Amino acid sequence: MTALAIKVAGLRKTYGGTAAVAGVDLEVHKGEVFALLGPNGAGKTTTVEVLEGFRKRDEGTVSVLGVDPAHSDSAWRQRIGIVLQGTGEFDELTVGEVIRHFAKFYDNPADPAQVIERVGLSEKAGARTHTLSGGQKRRLDVALGIVNQPELLFLDEPTTGFDPAARREFWELIRQLAASGTTILLTTHYLEEAEYLADRVGVIAKGTIVEISTPQELGGRNTAKATVSWRDGSEETDTPTATVQRLSAEYNGEIPELTVKRPSLEDIYLKMIGGAA
Amino acid sequence: MSLALAQGRIELLQFFRTRESLVFTLLFPAMLMVIFGSIFKSVEIAPGVTLSQYFVTGMIASGILSSGFQNLAITIPIERDRGVLKRYRGTPMPKWVYFAGKAVSVAVLALVSMVLLLVIAVLLYGIKLPDTPAKWGTLGWVSVLGLVSCTLLGIAFSSAARTGRSAPAVVTPIALILQFTSGVFFEYDKLPTWMQQFAALFPLKWMTQGLRSVFLPDSFASQEVAGSWELGKTALVLGAWCVGGLLLCLLTFRWTTRRDG
Repeated sequence: MTALAIKVAGLRKTYGGTAAVAGVDLEVHKGEVFALLGPNGAGKTTTVEVLEGFRKRDEGTVSVLGVDPAHSDSAWRQRIGIVLQGTGEFDELTVGEVIRHFAKFYDNPADPAQVIERVGLSEKAGARTHTLSGGQKRRLDVALGIVNQPELLFLDEPTTGFDPAARREFWELIRQLAASGTTILLTTHYLEEAEYLADRVGVIAKGTIVEISTPQELGGRNTAKATVSWRDGSEETDTPTATVQRLSAEYNGEIPELTVKRPSLEDIYLKMIGGAA
Repeated sequence: MSLALAQGRIELLQFFRTRESLVFTLLFPAMLMVIFGSIFKSVEIAPGVTLSQYFVTGMIASGILSSGFQNLAITIPIERDRGVLKRYRGTPMPKWVYFAGKAVSVAVLALVSMVLLLVIAVLLYGIKLPDTPAKWGTLGWVSVLGLVSCTLLGIAFSSAARTGRSAPAVVTPIALILQFTSGVFFEYDKLPTWMQQFAALFPLKWMTQGLRSVFLPDSFASQEVAGSWELGKTALVLGAWCVGGLLLCLLTFRWTTRRDG
């Protein structure tokens, strides 16, 4: 059992009578990439902002790196990195100026030049931030999130509005961070993103966690019946290999129009959030 | 402490690279000074004092108001909207560093504005620089107290605008009303009494009067409503606004937008 970076139990947050978060329990282990996956308005950002110390909770217990964020201090902030949902703008400052300035807030900052290199903005180091593309701005956000070499990094919908190529590149960056041992709590409404990046996924809908598991096992996907279909029929089975062998013998080799299909993560996910909605 | 200076440096960099703020805060008062100063140049309001000299003195006080009050009451809501404030709150930076950075940048800005306006006033409108240490001293304390109170009120007022976009619409009329009633665009002693009493509640009236004591001849004191410069009272009112402004800041300042809850 590894140590916990985040432990949340019974978290509730209500706005004007509506529960944005209605009883969330979750645990994130140190060194893990955990994705909070859910549709817009599911309570992802509210949950994360409670963990970041930006919002007060109504109920529940929360521990982030052993500290209650509601009573956080600057020593705690030294250890976490935050990439907020929106981009904070520093229009007329250059990438290098912003990163070097934020590095001054920390006791043990990374070398700003290395951070810039790491997020792939070396060529833009001298550029004013308002000239950056959406993807580049997000990289700057990440740079500011990791400039203190955090133990735990929050990423709130980091790739919303990205084109597919930019998203792929961004994912590689996050993978590298994860490989270096940083614990990451990521929120996203993109299924592929959770599947690609996360060790474990928590599906959240209507303010509650519907399921927590690995992307491979989500919704019992790994054990769900496979559908074997071919030209002359189809069947659902727990043992698709046996079925295929049997058919192969029947057809004397090649089975015409053979497909073996397990429910996609998307099928399962839509069923889950649909059920909670 | 070095953090506060670094923060001030970053603020100034942003300010001087933003053309709009540069024009609005520095060049606009200078332009107004030249326009009105030229119109009023031949109007004598007392022996040896032209209306343009009266106006120019008021504009210097307005420059202080603009550097502190308008500047902060407009830029802070924009920063709040853009999530800049929230981002700072996510770092271990102590809260006071943010305000110290603003104070450093406002102080530099006010100084630049004052020098710029003074150069124009001296070259074009026959304003004389103070000739006694006492007058330099008055210039110093009136400017500093005025700037501190305007800065604190600017920070306090930053919470009044709901969005960054609405901030100029909320702030500019207030500054204009104060300028019209506090002896900048019109002679204060010629205003209706109720207007004088209204303006006397706020810092700008006392700043213009304090600066008149520095830049206009001593004989002009008899033209003032009280018949004197009232420097003691000026110090008292500006000091009270410093304290009041600080309290307002502590009570009202918000790091996040209302939407954020």
